[in-house]
Amino acid sequence: MSVGTPRGLASSGQKPIAEILHPLSSAAEPLSVSVTVNLGGDKTTRVEFDLPEYCVRRRYQDFDWLRIKLEDSQPTHLIPPLPEKFVMKGVVDRFSEEFVETRMKALDKFLKRIADHPVLSFNPHLNSFLTAKDLNKRQGLALLTKVGESVKYVAGGYKLRARPAEFCAMGEYLDTFNQKLGTIDRIAQRILKEQSEYLTELREYGTVYSSWVGLEDELRRPLEGVAGCVTTCCGALEDLGENMSQDFLPVLREYVLYVESMKNVLRKRDQSQAEYEARLEAAILRKQEDRTPMPVEVEKCQDKVECFNADLKADWERWQSNKRQDFKQLLTGMADKNINHYEKCQAAWESLITLLQDKQTEDKSSETN
Amino acid sequence: MGTLCACVLAHHQPHHHSAESKRMAEDGRDELVATDDESDHTAADGSSSLNNTMVEEGSTLVRRMEICVAEAEKRSGKNTVNMQETFTVYLIETRPMDAVAEGRNPAPDSLWRRYSEFELLRNYLLVTYPYIVVPPLPEKRAEFVWHKLSADNMDPDFVERRRIGLENFLLRVASHPVLSNDKILHHFLTEEYGWKEVVYETGFQAKADSRIRALSATFRVRNPDKRFMEMKHYSDQLQSHTSQLLRARARVADRLYGVYKVHGNYGRVFSEWSAIEKEMGDGLQSAGHHMDAYAASIDDILEEEEHYADQLKEYLFYAEALRAVCRKHELTQFELEMASQDLISKKQQHEELATGIVRTFSFKGMTNKIFGQEAPVQREARIKLLEELIAEGEDTVKEKTVECEEHVERAWVDMQRFKEQKDKDLREALINYAVMQISMCKKGIQMWSNAKECFLKM
Repeated sequence: MSVGTPRGLASSGQKPIAEILHPLSSAAEPLSVSVTVNLGGDKTTRVEFDLPEYCVRRRYQDFDWLRIKLEDSQPTHLIPPLPEKFVMKGVVDRFSEEFVETRMKALDKFLKRIADHPVLSFNPHLNSFLTAKDLNKRQGLALLTKVGESVKYVAGGYKLRARPAEFCAMGEYLDTFNQKLGTIDRIAQRILKEQSEYLTELREYGTVYSSWVGLEDELRRPLEGVAGCVTTCCGALEDLGENMSQDFLPVLREYVLYVESMKNVLRKRDQSQAEYEARLEAAILRKQEDRTPMPVEVEKCQDKVECFNADLKADWERWQSNKRQDFKQLLTGMADKNINHYEKCQAAWESLITLLQDKQTEDKSSETN
Repeated sequence: MGTLCACVLAHHQPHHHSAESKRMAEDGRDELVATDDESDHTAADGSSSLNNTMVEEGSTLVRRMEICVAEAEKRSGKNTVNMQETFTVYLIETRPMDAVAEGRNPAPDSLWRRYSEFELLRNYLLVTYPYIVVPPLPEKRAEFVWHKLSADNMDPDFVERRRIGLENFLLRVASHPVLSNDKILHHFLTEEYGWKEVVYETGFQAKADSRIRALSATFRVRNPDKRFMEMKHYSDQLQSHTSQLLRARARVADRLYGVYKVHGNYGRVFSEWSAIEKEMGDGLQSAGHHMDAYAASIDDILEEEEHYADQLKEYLFYAEALRAVCRKHELTQFELEMASQDLISKKQQHEELATGIVRTFSFKGMTNKIFGQEAPVQREARIKLLEELIAEGEDTVKEKTVECEEHVERAWVDMQRFKEQKDKDLREALINYAVMQISMCKKGIQMWSNAKECFLKM
């Protein structure tokens, strides 16, 4: 566990871990991924890793194990979220290419965020996860104990004296941000729906031009041309829709989970502050009665709270910074896809005009000849 | 909005067919008709201003006039049942072509006309020139509307599109080699008052074929010209395809509208979100504005597309006009067949009476058998009568033959002219549609690029 400032990465000359995830899946067994750990070049900077490269096979429950272990061992830090554990059977095809693809990207992001974290990346559990052939998982007990303890101080009805303003602000921000994420998700879904209905009508529209072709002779080319362009536009629209549902929406949803994780950390911080204040009050009462000095546990608690606050603030900054990057990328990507869609359509219509105008000059010159 | 205020520049054109001009002169049409007898034709140089399809090779334009439907206005008045009503009137402006060509800029003559007067003009033309594919009027009521488009006849956009459609109608008629010489047309363009009376005086309404006669001819005609039957079939198909297309396009427009408008919601949420952000705030806020602009851009795009729909509608209605010409053929052919049949039967009767040989069953024959033959005097009288009827019948058959042949000849010429015009117009319409689509794509790229720049600044 870190005390005071966490060890930085680039500043201390430590090289980050870069991972590459490749999916390995077979129909018979559930999804497992291959995690390739590549220690950027200089292996000596990361002494805890023996080899420069590792390749291990992991299942979703292994990632879950890692997450729980990290939460336990680094309770003051924000652990990135995992994609949803349970997906409704029948609604989502767990073996479809898109689902696998989407999940893999999320898992990759999860690991990268941990690897980027100055404290978490040094966690021994991460090390095992990345290197051990077989993970020796023993979960459950430790978690339950921790839960039990903090529940005591909240269930005991003790309320926080005063949450520092900055943490209140964080909480408020997260609530509003969460709301906005939800709204954006709904808008994106609505757009998908409208686009899908538009696509249906557009296809029908194209066939009307095609069916007219047979009736005409001179107009054959232009009619065929228009039908062709409409078909191209349909294809481009399909691509756009696919992209939105596979790349845009999952990232958006994952941020909702991220917000939840952050809120949890804030709650834990509140709890540790509550615990400290409870002990402090009890100690003060006892002190007044029998003049014993401040017990060590109380001081430890105070340290704990201060540590937590410091870690949290640092993580918050990092989270904000990452969030900014992530959304910049996400929204820019969305804009790019839309631009790309229009470019495809424009190209199709422009080539039609060229074609028709060429034919026109062809006809004119043959007329005068 | 790109309005198609087509004031066609008519060129001074000598007549294409001296024979035609003679025929026109024979009809007693007045001096407004072209009187040149030259039969050579100079190639019509497409007018530099819009609508090249109006100017045809060697066509007879209303060479003296520049025609324009300049404005539309609302009026109130009492109608035929003495009730107050509001209606729209359209200002028709005309100017002598030579004055314009010489660079003088005289004030145009103008008069106001209602839609119903245009209808009257067209009905007159339909009856008077049954061998011509008469240009259609813009629709009376808005149809094929997608939901945001108003179906209200008083809606300013509808009125504007109708104004353009009426001008288009006048230009088509005025550039038609046959129709443009019509006296009533000239009257319509130049004399505001008393025009209706003049039209009624032509007695065209009496000449109109009854619906029933026309329908019965369609069913009972035996030997219609194959080419006309093919043309009729084509007109049915054309009508079917254009109306399908118009319906499908309206549905597409509806959906596209929905897609664009939902993006406006991004504008709002980005704005709200920007309020809680520090560094990201400005970028988000500006991006939101671009999303609003994107959502708003669909209105102009779809308004523009209505012009394409109007072009399709014109040919939807043209299909009806084409079919009318084919049906007229069926009617004249049928009447010829009837007259021929009638003549044959009269001749047969005559033969029977004259020779006493009864070839076919007749009641007269029966009664003769039962009651005895009639007296020779009576028979003679009947034979005489029949001979007169036969002579008449022969005249009738001659008349009907001429009518039928003339119709076929003239109609075939005009149908060919129509086909060429249609091919050219629709081809251009499709190209223009492609141009519109390109413009829409460019706008879309512009908007999203603007938004992207803002996102990059986040």
